[in-house]
Amino acid sequence: MPTITIDGKQVEFKPGQTVIQAAMDAGIDIPHFCYHPKLSISGNCRVCLVEIEKMPKLAISCATLASDGMVVHTKSDKTLDARNAVMEFILINHPLDCPICDEAGECKLQEYAFAHSRGESRFDEIKNRKEKRVQLGPRVKFDAERCISCSRCIRFSDEIAKSNQLTFKNRGDKVTITTFPGESFDNPYTLNTVDICPVGALTNNDFRFKSRVWEMSSTNSVCIGCSRGCNIEIWVRNNEILRLTPRYNEEVNSFWMCDNGRLNTFKFVNSETRIDSCYLRKEGELVKSNWVEALEVTAKSLKEFKSNEVAFIASPYSTLEDNFILQKFAKQINSNNIFYANHIIEGDQDEILIREDKTPNSLGLKLLGIKNDISKLIDLIQKKNVKALLIMEEDLAGLGSEWENLLSKLELTIVIATNQNKTTLLADIILPAATYAEKHGTFVNFQGRVQRIRPAVETEELDRSLDGMSKSRWDKFGTKFDRWMQGKKYDAKPSWKIFTLLDSYFSNKIKFKMAEEVFDEISKSNDVFKDLDYDVIGDLGSLIKKEVYQNV
Amino acid sequence: MTTKKRFKDLTFWERLYIPVIIKGLVLTLKTMFKPKVTMEYPEVKFEPPASYRGRPVLVQEKNGVERCVACGLCSRVCPALAIEVQAAETELEKERFPQKFEINMLRCIFCGFCEEVCPEEAIVMSKDYELVFQDRDSAIFGKDKLLVPVENLQDRIDFLRKFKK
Ligand code: SF4
Ligand code: SF4
Ligand code: SF4
Ligand code: SF4
Ligand code: FES
Repeated sequence: MPTITIDGKQVEFKPGQTVIQAAMDAGIDIPHFCYHPKLSISGNCRVCLVEIEKMPKLAISCATLASDGMVVHTKSDKTLDARNAVMEFILINHPLDCPICDEAGECKLQEYAFAHSRGESRFDEIKNRKEKRVQLGPRVKFDAERCISCSRCIRFSDEIAKSNQLTFKNRGDKVTITTFPGESFDNPYTLNTVDICPVGALTNNDFRFKSRVWEMSSTNSVCIGCSRGCNIEIWVRNNEILRLTPRYNEEVNSFWMCDNGRLNTFKFVNSETRIDSCYLRKEGELVKSNWVEALEVTAKSLKEFKSNEVAFIASPYSTLEDNFILQKFAKQINSNNIFYANHIIEGDQDEILIREDKTPNSLGLKLLGIKNDISKLIDLIQKKNVKALLIMEEDLAGLGSEWENLLSKLELTIVIATNQNKTTLLADIILPAATYAEKHGTFVNFQGRVQRIRPAVETEELDRSLDGMSKSRWDKFGTKFDRWMQGKKYDAKPSWKIFTLLDSYFSNKIKFKMAEEVFDEISKSNDVFKDLDYDVIGDLGSLIKKEVYQNV
Repeated sequence: MTTKKRFKDLTFWERLYIPVIIKGLVLTLKTMFKPKVTMEYPEVKFEPPASYRGRPVLVQEKNGVERCVACGLCSRVCPALAIEVQAAETELEKERFPQKFEINMLRCIFCGFCEEVCPEEAIVMSKDYELVFQDRDSAIFGKDKLLVPVENLQDRIDFLRKFKK
């Protein structure tokens, strides 16, 4: 392998790599604004200038190919001088907006200004004024004064989102970003530009001003918007989710996620419609109850039916653990009737990320051996072969009016649900379930990658400290008397746990304390998941090869 | 048991006590004719100088709007985690304003860091030292209690401009 010397350190590089890439691989950080590993090189910010021996002038490391024997200095006086000059130049017209800018705290310009600049400006003239609140598209706001013209957003729209919607307009210090005439910046991936904008020029309408970034905790998780399962971070303050951001995983989603996933998959967690307690139907009305009573009634009413009169609805929205325990429970009471509903929007798919299967775990269900589509259940209910139904995290009645009618034909409907929906309205018993942001578990995405979710929001049975959840500074030092610690906690439990509790009234053999134990059991009993555990899956997931699960 | 040896045994005159008592009474007598330094608080109130750090307050501009842009820096720097700020968008030029601004006076340690860090000169230490509460909730001051017209804070602001770098 050819080698290059950076700051006196000999590093190997792959032919075709640029100096900045070779340096990054060797763990040497060269400041950069416009360079992004997944975008084409534009070389316009000039902050990555480095001194290369035998070259007459400094060169930008993002656009200079590394060649064998090259000697690069990233910290020499000449380099630092140039870098400081570039920073001073970029800051000439940059407004001092940090106090009102959402990027503050995760802003590259702020960081570099702190680490690499002279710390003062020689520019006494009046700064340029530009438009500050331009709505580029339905979800993204643009502040022209803050833009440093790195063109990352333009390149992203062209190269990754494949929709040429943004461009520069004007020249010199009047340059600004705009959409093409008559166009709106509305492709399905626009909010990624907010992430990659090195400054706060692009802001997310939905998150704008909701919180400073240092006030939130972040938890690694997986998006539940479709079967891609983009890796994400969940950002929480005061036990409320405020935003989702993509987390780098080259095999799944690279640096990106879609706008729909980012905006529409977390609000239900803290919404008004959450099921806040157990409910039992008494004299036609759903009334609040508690876990002890509700589980007792559930068990008693289930026992009134013959085992094959009871059917179960598994859910591709729930984790492997939930569905596995549902299966086990069904087996304990000798019922073979396990069904699930598909949520496929045909054609709503692209070559980038979005998949037409809108659930995070349908492959997981198949791998567990849950294959029966609910169409078969219709017949069973109509013929009165099935009289009792236990529905886990699925809005069956929401699938259409025929299902609403079918459900009303049943003698017993037990619903495990996170939020109110048409099905919970028809239920005889409702047991509140924890959402994907309130439990541990695993999903299998469409590629066969097993990925972990982790609790980011506390329920009544979870505790940030004791359960090792991530904490913000507020969480660390807050007490129950602080108003910023009084965020709502729901009395919900993960579905798998509800089944284990219910089983204590039946066989009393399904005994698990943690989701991890459940997964270990899955791994032991199912060859597809052999040798996997939570540590092996880790943050980036483990791929199950197609050959392994094909025949299942 | 051994008796503890005194550091210094009293002399005969000292053991008489009378001269010492007279000495004390003379001091009392002298002080009676000096000007008074005590104040009959709360009837008479102490007016602190501009350098005094009383409870932190928010500066309210003449047009009734607070200066604060809800940047959250005071909240971040506060060593006692006394300040909670919730920003929101406003049509005004400043873009952001504090929809909620609360200082928990049971947490505040009157260090003045919030005042020092504020980029807008929007939070300053007032001269108000009278803080009495009967329950936890009333110790949390919202915008209603925190906003003070800029005129009333002028000498503190002048003091800061003179000494704050
Ligand atoms: S808006 Fe942001 S990403 Fe786009 S050119 Fe300006 S600074 Fe770069
Ligand atoms: S592509 Fe799918 S998994 Fe990825 S962010 Fe969008 S909805 Fe979520
Ligand atoms: S004076 Fe100190 S303790 Fe009190 S609110 Fe300000 S920063 Fe916090
Ligand atoms: S530091 Fe100043 S401007 Fe920022 S939130 Fe506090 S009072 Fe408001
Ligand atoms: S990162 Fe090299 S010129 Fe911008």
